[in-house]
Amino acid sequence: MRGATHARWAACAVAVALAATACGGGDSGGGSGGADGIVSSSWGDPQNPLEPANTNEVQGGKVLDMVFRGLVRYDSKTGEAKNEIAEKIESQDSQNFTITIKDNWTFSNGEKVTAKSFVDAWNYGAALKNNQKNAYFFAYIDGYDQAHPETGKATADTLSGLEVVNDTTFKVKLSQKFSLWPDTLGYAAFVPLPKTFYSDHEAWLAKPVGNGPYTIDEYAKGSSMNLRRWDDYPGPDKAQNGGIDLKVYTDNNTAYTDLTAGNLDLVDDVPASQLKNVAGDLGDRYINTPAGIIQTLAFPFFVKAWDTPDAVKVRQGLSMAINRQQITDQIFQKTRTPASDWTSPVLGAEGGFKKGLCGSPCEYDKAQAKKLIDEGGGIPGGQLKISYNADTGSHKEWVDAVCNSINSVMGNNKACVGSPVGTFADFRNQVSTQKLTGAWRAGWQMDYPLIQNFLQPLYYTNAPSSDGKWSNEEFDALVNKANAETDKATAVSTFQDAEKVLAEQMPVIPLWYQNGSAGYSDRVENVALNVFSVPVYDQIKVK
Amino acid sequence: MGRYVIRRLLQMIPVFFGTTLLIFLMVNVMGDPIAGLCGDRQCDPATAAQLRTEFGLDKPVWQQYLTYMGNVFTGDFGTAFNGQKVTELMATAFPITIRLTLIAIVFEVVIGITLGVVTGLRRGRPVDTGVLILTLVVISVPTFVTGLLLQLLLGVEWGIIKPSVSPQAPVDELIVPGLVLASVSLAYVTRLTRTSIAENARADYVRTAVAKGLPRRRVVVRHLLRNSLIPVVTFIGTDVGALMGGAIVTERIFNIHGVGYQLYQGILRQNTQTVVGFVTVLVLVFLAANLIVDLLYAVLDPRIRYA
Repeated sequence: MRGATHARWAACAVAVALAATACGGGDSGGGSGGADGIVSSSWGDPQNPLEPANTNEVQGGKVLDMVFRGLVRYDSKTGEAKNEIAEKIESQDSQNFTITIKDNWTFSNGEKVTAKSFVDAWNYGAALKNNQKNAYFFAYIDGYDQAHPETGKATADTLSGLEVVNDTTFKVKLSQKFSLWPDTLGYAAFVPLPKTFYSDHEAWLAKPVGNGPYTIDEYAKGSSMNLRRWDDYPGPDKAQNGGIDLKVYTDNNTAYTDLTAGNLDLVDDVPASQLKNVAGDLGDRYINTPAGIIQTLAFPFFVKAWDTPDAVKVRQGLSMAINRQQITDQIFQKTRTPASDWTSPVLGAEGGFKKGLCGSPCEYDKAQAKKLIDEGGGIPGGQLKISYNADTGSHKEWVDAVCNSINSVMGNNKACVGSPVGTFADFRNQVSTQKLTGAWRAGWQMDYPLIQNFLQPLYYTNAPSSDGKWSNEEFDALVNKANAETDKATAVSTFQDAEKVLAEQMPVIPLWYQNGSAGYSDRVENVALNVFSVPVYDQIKVK
Repeated sequence: MGRYVIRRLLQMIPVFFGTTLLIFLMVNVMGDPIAGLCGDRQCDPATAAQLRTEFGLDKPVWQQYLTYMGNVFTGDFGTAFNGQKVTELMATAFPITIRLTLIAIVFEVVIGITLGVVTGLRRGRPVDTGVLILTLVVISVPTFVTGLLLQLLLGVEWGIIKPSVSPQAPVDELIVPGLVLASVSLAYVTRLTRTSIAENARADYVRTAVAKGLPRRRVVVRHLLRNSLIPVVTFIGTDVGALMGGAIVTERIFNIHGVGYQLYQGILRQNTQTVVGFVTVLVLVFLAANLIVDLLYAVLDPRIRYA
């Protein structure tokens, strides 16, 4: 009988323990409502230190977007670049710019935002010795080659193209004509930095100080960040809530569960496995809007067999063999839209997005697809291998679906196979060192909402992200011409002409435009994602 | 006894170097970590080269290993790519995981051994069959199913617990995750204890003890249980290490920022420093736990002596 007593005692212990937990749990979100209400939001650990020119992923980007404001800011709905700190940005020749800033801006520590705050920050970002991963943003500024040479030591610490005129004015000289350059200045790398950034770097990184609508109240690296509204914020876009609590989640499924349990107000990355439940769980508190991301299939042009006129037909045929609509509907639950050009819907028609620019090569046509591939001499090597990283992003599902689609067109179960690579880093390594001889999945998230950003860095000869090493004189010439245009509309339409070269040559196959998704609790309203699929935190209202 | 401990400690040295070298090589085989730092675009070559120099990745692997080990002995475990010291990550992750492991072990010991004794003494009765079936179910259901199910039921449907653990991870929030983490081992402990008790219940010394007229409680606890615990202690000892490093699934489900999560993230980001550092400490934990288990044998069974 003794044993039984033990068992009963243990059962009681569990019951007591559970009850204790119940006392611990229960308080959700917390805080008062209204204008001072605090919004809790899911977060991921930023991959890099939170320096503006060193943050190239969305988790760190979220914070910078709340803590900093730059010369221009992209409209959260249209993505249009509008002056924020800049009073005016002028140029006669698309190469020499004079930037005048408003003089009422300060950092949250009281320091004034001057022309020098910008110039110093840009020099810091560009200098090779500072290891800033976004240094290439300053590549258009004259003197970048000396401050950040591709090989060897830097011969200058600062960019010769930057010149402070007075407290509110500075001049920028670019190394080439680039009429749309002012529109790139909304990116986080271009924000001004306070003096403490340089004088006490460690302390600054532990608790960044900026000039945005929020200040960082508490930052526990790797687990949470509490941001509070800055009441003396001089800008026009004051925060509509009392603050944002960012919480790091180990898994986006857990964050989603917390949202449905009422412990979290905002999840800006709804896991793919939950998309089926989202309507039932959240109803109309689910957002699914286009983001500036396009997914493509890239090809190796350093492999001779892919760099022939016949291979153009094969690539066009492969493109026509992919049933994009079916894959986006069934695998992605409409969180992707079939692509019919090489840009993104977030640019809008004025910005250069043109639905159907690709024409018939991007439309599903089984008969024509097979005909083109056969005319081109079949798939080089007899089999198409699509490489992808297997660790994140559930790429396996869609790669297999794309292959099934191609296989059914070819009537051959081995015409296309997926080729997984263990980790993202290894995958990127193989891509960037030209180790792959088949196709691979490629994605592009825009840096700024400009058609130029979807074309030049990817397809221009020897461009930094031209992994496939495609090269075409006609395309290069059109891009150069577009950059030199002073009129924005003409520039955009010239870029579109360059894009038509892509349709003829099909250096990469556009697959689909990615959407940003988010879900929120019934405590908050006025939630939206901007064109970078980051929540517009300052506009969120607490009921 | 003292000489035995010293011999064991000396044996640990080659094991320690061997395992760290292995894990170091394994992480290195995964390739260049810098390429993954720039997202879907290519890092600009100059910055990438500079980062490689800074992290020592441009040196041959053996040299990297030597430098790393040299630093480890001075207490410097290196810096993760996000600029945080690995020791700093350890200082936040290990206390949480140790707490979680302790809770899991307590569940294993209290529930597992109790159920084992109860069923071992009542072989073939309904209690025994019932518990056996229950343990079979627990063993055959994967941890993530148990975890997600409990999270959904207790956290979302009934609102008894919070579905996710806060970053501070206080003990009360870790009870359900601890139970989930312990569940499979708990079932094994029950079965091990049951078999062992059932076997020893027929041993001569138990009959002698009963014949001497000792109270039943004393027979069971002092004579029977103590002798039957050796396999169970072995199992729990090795389980300590397994629980600490292998809680990845449980930690991800319940949002616990412990060792498993740091390891997972370190592997995803190919962060050599984090992975090797954490595994090194785990290796030490394993070695220590094994030594303690061996020493406990002598305590439990006086016939075992170490010279």
